[in-house]
Amino acid sequence: MTEQATTRPAGRTVELDERLAAYKGVWVFIEMERGHVHPVSWELIGEGRKLADRLGVDVWGVILAPPGEANMVAAGEAYAHGADGVYLMEDPILADYRTVPFNNGLCTLVNQFKPEILLLGATTLGRDLASAVATTLATGLTADCTALAIDLDTRSMAATRPTFGGSLLCTIHTLKARPQMATVRPRVMAMPPRTAGRTGRIVNVPLNMREDDIITKVLDYIPDRDQEQAQLAFADFIVAGGRGLGKVENFRLVEDLAAVLGAEVGGTRPLVQGGWIGAERQIGQTGKTIRPKLYIAAGISGAIQHRVGVEGADCIVAINSDPNAPIFDFAHYAIVGDAVKILPALTEAFRARLSANRKSI
Amino acid sequence: MHVVVCIKQVPDSAQIRVHPVTNTIMRQGVPTIINPYDLFALEEALRLKDQFGAKVTVLTMGPKMADPALRKALPFGADEAILLTDRAFAGSDTLATSYALSSAIAKIGQTEPIDIVFCGKQTIDGDTAQVGPGIATRLNLQQLTYVSKIVSIDKGARQIVVHRRAEGGVQVLRTSLPCLITMLEDTNHIRFGTMDDAFRAARYQLTEWSATDAGVPDVAQCGLRGSPTVVKKVFAPSAKTVKASPIAGETPDALAKTLIDTVFTAHPGLQEDLENQIAISTQGASS
Repeated sequence: MTEQATTRPAGRTVELDERLAAYKGVWVFIEMERGHVHPVSWELIGEGRKLADRLGVDVWGVILAPPGEANMVAAGEAYAHGADGVYLMEDPILADYRTVPFNNGLCTLVNQFKPEILLLGATTLGRDLASAVATTLATGLTADCTALAIDLDTRSMAATRPTFGGSLLCTIHTLKARPQMATVRPRVMAMPPRTAGRTGRIVNVPLNMREDDIITKVLDYIPDRDQEQAQLAFADFIVAGGRGLGKVENFRLVEDLAAVLGAEVGGTRPLVQGGWIGAERQIGQTGKTIRPKLYIAAGISGAIQHRVGVEGADCIVAINSDPNAPIFDFAHYAIVGDAVKILPALTEAFRARLSANRKSI
Repeated sequence: MHVVVCIKQVPDSAQIRVHPVTNTIMRQGVPTIINPYDLFALEEALRLKDQFGAKVTVLTMGPKMADPALRKALPFGADEAILLTDRAFAGSDTLATSYALSSAIAKIGQTEPIDIVFCGKQTIDGDTAQVGPGIATRLNLQQLTYVSKIVSIDKGARQIVVHRRAEGGVQVLRTSLPCLITMLEDTNHIRFGTMDDAFRAARYQLTEWSATDAGVPDVAQCGLRGSPTVVKKVFAPSAKTVKASPIAGETPDALAKTLIDTVFTAHPGLQEDLENQIAISTQGASS
């Protein structure tokens, strides 16, 4: 670090020192596992595009993968979703995710091409990698952001995330280090429109590692038998319960309504902690982020932890006996009342309405 | 075998209240607990004590008020407990926290080499999941995050095989010791300690380390000064400008009917989408 950097007087408008100003452009790590791109990558390209347009710079996708045709397909999709170019690092070593080679590869690219912003999905892979990269580069990393913006005064990224167990939001900046890093959970950002035929540049960079130098080996990969996790995140109709249901037996009422709607069921963190539902059914910041067409929340108070996970829903119906419950601040329809009494009525009314309609076709 | 378990004292998040006027956190009177995710790490470490006679050292960083968390960890069967506390650490973000903790872990390892460092998956107050990987990167330990199971440990060959949760599946990984493991939740159940452990814990004198005691090489990399991230604003989420439409009714049945009428009118197409969804899910159930 230069001496001047530490003695410069503090002020609101900070001119970036030369070292930081050399970092330009917005990068999105394109998460490819076993030839499959995680859709959060395209959501982030859409978000990265907005940041880049405000800064007047380009958006680049970064692909670390074994050699294969899937990479060019992924690069094409990156352009279609808004990327201007793709850095492609191909090596058989990158066939399965392992921290050391991916960290090494991504840091090599960052040090060579110097992006000012680097976004990753907050998946198990993205969080593992982002932490290693931020530590290696000694830069700031903000996890699980729910909003990203640019402060043009400081040319810095304003990363907003829930804090203190989800009761407040905070906005975090990385002022004295680059790149500014953030992770965002899947489904938090909207999927950008896809423009067919949009093209971009590709830059190939070698990894320069030897398999013998990597200590961790992947012995096997056991795919999940059920796709429950994916189903909840991508479901169009979801009914969820919270502590307002009173006792575990009442969760059946949520399941009954869901069955009539063909919906997925979910719940809040306290329900998972209480053993009412499995962790894969948790909705909220530390569970799944959902974007259904219809979301019915029964006995859920609506702490931020939960709010950030459901705000993308087209239509939120909230049932809560407390008229001041925070969920009514972001729901579209408010039913003040006991969910245990109202759920069975809703189940019957939907059953009648939907089957009546089916007969009339 | 020597294992270190990093734990954090956190406020019981279920009981945090926000001041209605000032929008600040009301910390007074909020009970503190060991971060629940860390208990899975602690239990896994104690199983290595059962199996291999491993020595278990618990480490936490925080203000002096954090010693109850360490005290609570001892009766489960931990052997040593170290509190890393110094004004220099105040205001640390995850990068500065991993710096301080890794310095302390390196110091612990000087007396007795460490085979595995355990952390929880994340904390319930920060929820970042960044400190564990940060420590691994700094100490050049093999990084095994979201571990759901330790399959085997070969003490002679110094190798470990684990199951690691990935998106859509589980990776079976083999690596060499020393390594850092962050344990996934619901992978084990914290035990009840023995009476011997309870007595020993009651008499146990916690070790307290300052930055100097822990051999932190560069205090400028600690605390607020060593943190690249800056919190610019803390705020309560704003209510939507359009308030939720209240739905009411004489009886639950009348209310349900009103709701469905209102929702289907405001969201044309929703009824058809639901009909289609039901058709798909019935098909799925019958096939």
